[in-house]
Amino acid sequence: MTPPRALTRSLLAALLMAALLLPMIAPTYYLQFFAKAMLLAIVAASLNLVVGFGGMVSLCHGAFFGLAGYVLALASPSSSGASLWTSLPLALLVVAIAAALVGALALRTRGIYFIMATLAFGEMFFYFFHDTRVANGSDGIYIYFEPEIVIAGWRLVDLGNKTSFYYVALASLLLAIIVISTLVRSPFGAALMAARDNEQRARSLGFPVFRIRLTAFVLAAVLAGIAGYFSASQFGFVAPQTLGWHVSATLLIMVVLGGMKSVLGPVFGAFVLLGLEEILKSNIEHWKLIEGVIVIALVFMLPGGLQHLAQLAFSDRRAPAGQPGSGASRAGRQHHG
Amino acid sequence: MDIATFSVQLLNAVQHGLVLFLVASGLTLVFGILGVINLAHGAFYMLGAYLAYWIAGYTGSFALALVGGVAIAFLLGLVLEEAFVKRLIGRDHLAQVLLSYGLILVIDEVRQILFGKDVHSVAPPAWLQGSIELTDVLSYPVYRLALCIACLVLAGIIFFIIQKTRLGMILRAGAENRDMTRALGISFDRVNRYVFAGGIALAALGGILVAPISTVFPGMGDSMLILSFVVVVLGGIGSVAGAAFGALLIGLTDTFGKVFFPQVSSILVYLLMVIILLWRPNGLLGRAS
Repeated sequence: MTPPRALTRSLLAALLMAALLLPMIAPTYYLQFFAKAMLLAIVAASLNLVVGFGGMVSLCHGAFFGLAGYVLALASPSSSGASLWTSLPLALLVVAIAAALVGALALRTRGIYFIMATLAFGEMFFYFFHDTRVANGSDGIYIYFEPEIVIAGWRLVDLGNKTSFYYVALASLLLAIIVISTLVRSPFGAALMAARDNEQRARSLGFPVFRIRLTAFVLAAVLAGIAGYFSASQFGFVAPQTLGWHVSATLLIMVVLGGMKSVLGPVFGAFVLLGLEEILKSNIEHWKLIEGVIVIALVFMLPGGLQHLAQLAFSDRRAPAGQPGSGASRAGRQHHG
Repeated sequence: MDIATFSVQLLNAVQHGLVLFLVASGLTLVFGILGVINLAHGAFYMLGAYLAYWIAGYTGSFALALVGGVAIAFLLGLVLEEAFVKRLIGRDHLAQVLLSYGLILVIDEVRQILFGKDVHSVAPPAWLQGSIELTDVLSYPVYRLALCIACLVLAGIIFFIIQKTRLGMILRAGAENRDMTRALGISFDRVNRYVFAGGIALAALGGILVAPISTVFPGMGDSMLILSFVVVVLGGIGSVAGAAFGALLIGLTDTFGKVFFPQVSSILVYLLMVIILLWRPNGLLGRAS
């Protein structure tokens, strides 16, 4: 049913090698594109911890991504770069506190309520930065200097250098993948998935469901915060749109497109969606129309995502694990009525 | 703030709440009956306003825009239900979120192709132009008053349908216990179709009615969607009475928030939601799940 393990491993190793060697052949434009894609892949993979493994459809993940960028912007002095050693922990701390507050409230609800509550809370951050003058309102705010990574007066990495930045993004992505895989395989991950599959049973077995879910929610937000911090540094600009709900919805598309059953699915989903957008944008004026049609087609024709397609390719029988849709049907399932 | 200014703001708040109720009641009915979460609800609100601009521009008649816009939205709803939404019933919420987001992308782009992305305005019907003098310096536009009355009448019709008609009985029974209602011999296929189309028509109607007092712009659906969601969360999913209550509460909070705390007014709405969620996680009039 699944591709042979050895094959998967060697494919992934080849991909990693390609990723490491890419800066030697690729022009700067593509390096920037891949760095951006890797950062968004972190956000998508972290969202999958909540959506795929936790079964909670969150529509405010983009807010945590954008919030970290805003913290960097506000922490940056006007004439030099902020120190990464202070500004990154600060950004992650702010994101963690925000996620803990939002999660503690939103996790009191289930199903559709959870979706709507997270959507509304996410928009609260949007309007906070949009309507107040805290960070220049709707105009957004510039980050003129990249954060500095300096040890004892010696500059470790120059984030302004495109190649260095690419490797920082790659390292962050690998770190995020390792963290999420470890979590998913740990007893914590098992408890999280148990609560997803049957909340009542998990509760009666004595799992602190609320605390487990909240922990996953906050951890995912912090990972998204890392990506948001570097993403803001890459573009040198954050605007309220960075944390709007359209970002969160696009992240959900990446997750479902890649497949929610694995840690790597959403990573590929992010690359495929961004690559697709890149191709559509440069060729078609009304590319969003095509993207919308693709999203609708995805829901009906490939509910298990690309991963499902990969499984089919290695499968003798047509429908693994029951019927199509079993991949997506876990998250947010709720008895109607 | 003197009494006249206060009255004007109060009228604005009520009018805002009433429009919000129209849009949110469509959303909550679709949730309650179909169990489908429709993120594209705001996009239909926006589409309604653009249709009003387009039809009123061609024909010069606001009444035609009203009837035509609602009819187009209703037909669109029937088609979408038949093509997509029908197949989503019983699927997980994530699929519904994605489908409706895909619809938003498509609707936004179609709007872009048909009407561009410019900001437009729509003239109210001639007999509703002008304003009523409240004091020497304060006056209130007639159209806004007419809008309040129209919304109240519509709200009355909605409540009448739900409380007094056979269709309403099916709707209430379906929201309460769908399987039991089906077991009693009620087929939901047609009910679903009309509820979905009706919900979308209500969203478009909200957009059309608001067009003469606000500007018609591409992003107008987004803020309406979020506010409607807050209303539904406040009132309880599937509860039209809850939506009425929530909408008025949000209308008052939003309007008076803008007067007293202009910078943080939009956050007040969410603070209200936070408090109510802490107090009643299933909304004011929602049932425990």
